[in-house]
Amino acid sequence: MIEVQNAIKTFDGNQVLKNVSAIFEAGKTNLIIGQSGSGKTVLMKSIVGIHRIDSGHILYDGRDITIMKRKQLNQLRREIGMLFQGSALFDSMTVLENVRFPLDMFSDETEDEKDRRARFCLERVELSHAVDLYPSEISGGMQKRAAIARAIVLNPKYLFCDEPNSGLDPKTSLLIDKLIQDITHEFNITTIINTHDMNSVMEIGENIIFINKGEKAWQGNSNEIYDTGCQPLEDFIFASELFKKIKHVHSSNK
Amino acid sequence: MNAIEKVGEYASLMYRTITKPDRWSIFWKQYVNEVKKQGIDSLWIVVIISTFIGAVITIQMVLNTENPLLPTYSTGLATRDTLLLEFSSSIMCLILAGKVGSNIASEIGTMRITEQIDALDIMGVNSANYLILPKITAFMTIIPCLVLVSMFVGIIGGYCVGIFTDIITVHDYEVGIQYAFIPFYVTYSVIKGIVFAFIISSVSSYYGYTVKGGALEVGKSSTDAVVNSSVLILLFNVMLTKLLLT
Repeated sequence: MIEVQNAIKTFDGNQVLKNVSAIFEAGKTNLIIGQSGSGKTVLMKSIVGIHRIDSGHILYDGRDITIMKRKQLNQLRREIGMLFQGSALFDSMTVLENVRFPLDMFSDETEDEKDRRARFCLERVELSHAVDLYPSEISGGMQKRAAIARAIVLNPKYLFCDEPNSGLDPKTSLLIDKLIQDITHEFNITTIINTHDMNSVMEIGENIIFINKGEKAWQGNSNEIYDTGCQPLEDFIFASELFKKIKHVHSSNK
Repeated sequence: MNAIEKVGEYASLMYRTITKPDRWSIFWKQYVNEVKKQGIDSLWIVVIISTFIGAVITIQMVLNTENPLLPTYSTGLATRDTLLLEFSSSIMCLILAGKVGSNIASEIGTMRITEQIDALDIMGVNSANYLILPKITAFMTIIPCLVLVSMFVGIIGGYCVGIFTDIITVHDYEVGIQYAFIPFYVTYSVIKGIVFAFIISSVSSYYGYTVKGGALEVGKSSTDAVVNSSVLILLFNVMLTKLLLT
């Protein structure tokens, strides 16, 4: 479980996070949603420790990263897997080498064991056929899957996904969403997904946090999202005609 | 950001860079790769430039020392000392700042803007140490070889002038390059090369590592890396010459 307590973050006098508190539960897909510029990426980067918050606390199962030294933070980070918006695979390495990289850096297993573990993760994301290809030789969806394999190769306790569906077609997006959710349940990971893809929200939103202008405006799950009473959230979700119709159908069925 | 802040940021980056690698096996792999990329792949440009500059220096020395009071070997002597003292270390490093420096800055800069460095940090890897230390150590260890190769082929370039033209005789050139030879000049040149290699690799890494934005900024950081490395090389050239030769 990850707990954010009264997080405040300011950039050049502009308060981007305004006293945000939230709990992200283990074994659930926790979503951070919000408009572009709302502060959701800053919140995620603060949780991961890329940004240091000005005040407040961020607790990983009781361990406060805001008071950790760099060495301690690096130790904790070995329990973290992260999927970046652009995949962030290393260009100079093949897919297999990318997935093996965290093992090479931190594991004392034998070469064979590392290889087996990396191949198992690639099999889990259905990329066994692409092990010897370079990131530039595979599609965006495959890159995302390779990045997921790399993120889970060290059996992380915490998984962060920054806009996992950006640049992907709806079908591939769905596959990625399901994959993340399955892995979360399978390995009981605390997964935090930063997204503004409403399909993801509806499909895998087990715990959703809506950030509006740097503040937490709502928290719930995908079943509760149709009737939140939170106007900024309603404006955000039901901006498109499609989702207005879905809401209408949902209300009629009630 | 002002100059003092930049120096502080550079020092802080070097503090993070110059530490024990997380895994020596990975470090050596990276090191060998960098030696090839920065050293072996730069060999051709060092050979070509040194040969032609060696030849040109010889021709110009002949033209500028056409004086019956000067001994005939003075051309070889002046060519040798110019190559040993200045060309093979300082000028060659200025040229390599363009090739190696821009390569380092753009490579690390691209990794920064595509979040590959963030990915390393999130994994708990010391990204500065992992990316920069092999580049610095590789360039500092390969530069003496490049400096020595440059000296050797530069002198061969001058020798070719004697063989293929009638501007100077081979005998006069041979006597000149052997006359009053001071071995410390080679050591001096190698020391300068090592210092300049550190400047090129560390300054370029700094500009790449701290880039913010997109492709345009990577290009700008690459240019800044070359310009600032070159200025620092010139500055340290004066300081080292004063320190080592006077």
